Amino acid sequence: MERSTLNLWVGIFVLLGFFSFLMLAFKVGNLTAGGSGTTYTVVAHFDNIGQLKERAPVRSAGVLVGRVKSVQFDPAHYNAEVSLAIDSQYQFPKDTSASVLTSGILGEQYIGLDAGGDEKMLKNGDEIKLTQGAMVLERLIGQFLFSKAQEGGASQGGQK
Amino acid sequence: MPMDATLRGIRLVGERTLRIVERVGATVAFLGLTLAQSATSFRRFGLVIREIFYAGVQSLIIILVSGLFVGMVLGLQGHETLQNYGSEQSVGVLVALSLVRELGPVVSALLFASRAGSAITAEIGLMKATEQLSAMEMMAVSPISRVVAPRFWGGVFSMPVLAMLFSAMGIIGGFLVSVVVIGVDDGAFWSQMQAAVDFRHDIVNGIIKSVVFGIAISAIATFEGYEAPPTAEGVSGATTRTVVSSSLAILALDLVMTAFMLKGWN
Repeated sequence: MERSTLNLWVGIFVLLGFFSFLMLAFKVGNLTAGGSGTTYTVVAHFDNIGQLKERAPVRSAGVLVGRVKSVQFDPAHYNAEVSLAIDSQYQFPKDTSASVLTSGILGEQYIGLDAGGDEKMLKNGDEIKLTQGAMVLERLIGQFLFSKAQEGGASQGGQK
Repeated sequence: MPMDATLRGIRLVGERTLRIVERVGATVAFLGLTLAQSATSFRRFGLVIREIFYAGVQSLIIILVSGLFVGMVLGLQGHETLQNYGSEQSVGVLVALSLVRELGPVVSALLFASRAGSAITAEIGLMKATEQLSAMEMMAVSPISRVVAPRFWGGVFSMPVLAMLFSAMGIIGGFLVSVVVIGVDDGAFWSQMQAAVDFRHDIVNGIIKSVVFGIAISAIATFEGYEAPPTAEGVSGATTRTVVSSSLAILALDLVMTAFMLKGWN
């Protein structure tokens, strides 16, 4: 085969590969949604994190602002220590609260941030003090039954 | 005597195992030899371009068509199952993740092994059988740096390109079936896909897999060709062995790499 036709075909091949890479990166993947790429890390302690996993989304007002960097058990406080990597272009006040939420009924769990009113902003390494853990279905049912039983007991007591 | 028969059986198992281990070791040693004599391939890159043409460009049709069909089947099957849970919009996520993480690299590597790997083995084996390799040695030209290394690098460069093309075609196929034919919402298809597919963890890991498969296939194919007995049966046996051992190598390497990638390297 002629050298120039060979080069032409290999050129077409490489270009096709390059375009499919671009398609995978931008159309299929989320390279564009990566934001500025730089993040800062804040820590939050939760009583219960439910099914929260590493790389779970961190959302504020429903918008993706970061990802869960790591989930560990904190042996000093007997609760879960979660580090959040938040995109540097989003700054949050110091008294922001974090809660473990679920998207949909069976959906994945994520962390919701509700901004507070403090004038100082969270910095790298800071801790979010106000947290609310995941709702555990068994506990909810337990509480419900308990309060029902109490109600029943109270009304019976009133009749006497 | 049953004792003797048992002993013979165990001995046979041992012999087979040792032969496989020996073969793997020899392949890796040959890979080392190829890498050590690769300088010529990069100085005269035209040699490698020629091999990229024969290994990569000529596999384009089979890779593109299979990718399209695999993606279409994934779209159909995924839609059928996800429908039961009322989440047929997630079909894009299913198609994209299964292609980018697993099917793209693995299926294109299996196709590449049978399409191009077998050709490399047959070519080198026949060169050996017709004493072209010995003739090169007589002229003080190393057959490894002139014949083996360009084919090896051609395979290594072609494999990731083919895997990416396979994944991209598959996603287009899934899109055609689920959005154009079945009527899943277009926006939900792409946006859920983009939310679920991560560039670093899914796409780059898929490319890493295909590069490793490319190295394995090319090393096995060149080794089998170079070591093939210089007879008609020898070359045909070597060609078969290339396809069988590279398919097994691909699946085994895939399991190991997937385990590491899901756990995280660090």
